[in-house]
Amino acid sequence: MEKEKVITTKQLTKQFGDFTAVNGISFEVHKGEIFGFLGANGAGKTTAIKMLCGLLAPTSGEAAVAGFDVYKQAEKIKKNIGYMSQKFSLYDDLTVRENMRLFAGIYGMDRKTIKQRTEEKLKQLELEPQADDLVNSLPLGWKQKLAFSIAIFHDPKIVFLDEPTGGVDPLARKQFWEMIYTAAHNGITIFVTTHYMDEAEYCDRVTIMVDGEIKALDTPGNLKETYEAESIDEVFYKLARTATRKAD
Amino acid sequence: MNAVSVEHITKTYLQKEQKKEKKVTALDDVSFTVDKGELFGIIGPDGAGKTSLFRILTTVLLADSGKASVEGLDVVKDYRKIRDRVGYMPGKFSLYQDLTVEENLNFFATIFNTTVKKNYELIKDIYVQLEPFKKRRAGALSGGMKQKLALCCALIHKPSILFLDEPTTGVDPVSRRDFWDMIKKLKEQDIAILVSTAYMDEANMCEKIALIQKGNILTVSSPEKITSEFDQPLLAVRSDDMYQLLYDLRANKAVKEAYPFGAYYHVIPEDANKTKELEAYLQQKGQKDLEVKPIKANIEDSFIALMKKND
Repeated sequence: MEKEKVITTKQLTKQFGDFTAVNGISFEVHKGEIFGFLGANGAGKTTAIKMLCGLLAPTSGEAAVAGFDVYKQAEKIKKNIGYMSQKFSLYDDLTVRENMRLFAGIYGMDRKTIKQRTEEKLKQLELEPQADDLVNSLPLGWKQKLAFSIAIFHDPKIVFLDEPTGGVDPLARKQFWEMIYTAAHNGITIFVTTHYMDEAEYCDRVTIMVDGEIKALDTPGNLKETYEAESIDEVFYKLARTATRKAD
Repeated sequence: MNAVSVEHITKTYLQKEQKKEKKVTALDDVSFTVDKGELFGIIGPDGAGKTSLFRILTTVLLADSGKASVEGLDVVKDYRKIRDRVGYMPGKFSLYQDLTVEENLNFFATIFNTTVKKNYELIKDIYVQLEPFKKRRAGALSGGMKQKLALCCALIHKPSILFLDEPTTGVDPVSRRDFWDMIKKLKEQDIAILVSTAYMDEANMCEKIALIQKGNILTVSSPEKITSEFDQPLLAVRSDDMYQLLYDLRANKAVKEAYPFGAYYHVIPEDANKTKELEAYLQQKGQKDLEVKPIKANIEDSFIALMKKND
């Protein structure tokens, strides 16, 4: 049986004037997959993610996310995805519970479901005692876990994580990845960018973007074999070194 | 004489929280020394106290208690002398965005009563990469270029000690490697370098490191020594069903700890001699393509173990 595709792109391209930020990328992401999206600063990752999230119209090419077309159905895409960025994206001066309610409300969930799910999530996160504390007072590791929970609160088909673990302590970083595994196991597709190359090894498949193009796409194991490298870090270094574009 | 000496430094802040003020301890009785010409890493997550420590040592923040000196000079009494001798690159980009590359560099040289020409030798290797953009405003540079300019400006008065606060945060792995190459070259010029980072893998670039967490120094030593002192058996385990594997591992009483690490789980078993039993148990649970192998701890394993001991 063929796996359900959650993202499909064909020759997806974005130009800004005469600068081609993303140059004809084609790939597919399957349901429940942990898909690592790597690239040096300026390789075009952010532009690609913006197009996939329905925030930026492509110049040419095709892309469907969660079954919706990026040109015509951007609003539907937004409803069916979750997003968490490297910069902490919750409201510091709202409590844990209030943040949950706010984001769930924005996604149009009804009150009863919100109430019920809030209790579930607080329990999962072991944050019940802190439910009415300001998010500001939580340690960074917890904030990130909370931000992830909220990004998947509305049961999106796919969640985009843009460098989710920067600056987090190693233990919290491991716990964060366990949450990712669980979400993927429950059928949520994970699209993740990271600067930690060991995290790339957690992914089912990894792409490496160089100068706006996809230079490699495979499982971490196969990539290491193809590039005769000990680690994804080495694979990345070999490929990214070939970049001619500067992030200027 | 040590390049840096820190004795029982404590720093607290008042944080406002729901109208009440709460005392937050950024540094809790911290002590360590850095030798002359040493490349010393302060390794820890955000909020560990790295920036507070750097700000105290560069004389822009006062500690609540304790003593600290830089090249034998007291950070409180001799702050003016220290400022002449240290180069400081803060974590946040702090150059003038509206000045060009060239103007920024000249500005910082002038403040320190020197000229770019006089100390050009020290920054030459880095500056040549910036030179094509010397007429560009600093604010319009890429992250990597900004970082190089900040380093040049921190070096232009020929400091004998350099403080780099998280120079590689948010920088991609290739640029990170380039940056460490630059730092190593600087070290050859006998400049002591204190560098902080939240990337554990960068610990191995330093001669000596302090692991810091919640304002406490967990340990100070060479990275090799820290990992060799990991005092528990450690296994790397993987299979074709990684999700279920973690549950199976944790359900086994002979497993003290299991956490994800790259393509494997790192597992601390109760008994190093019962690896075969663990393997048999996992096979019986239906795990396929199973791989179980003893491994040496890395810095992250050590950090986690020390963190737990400290809690």
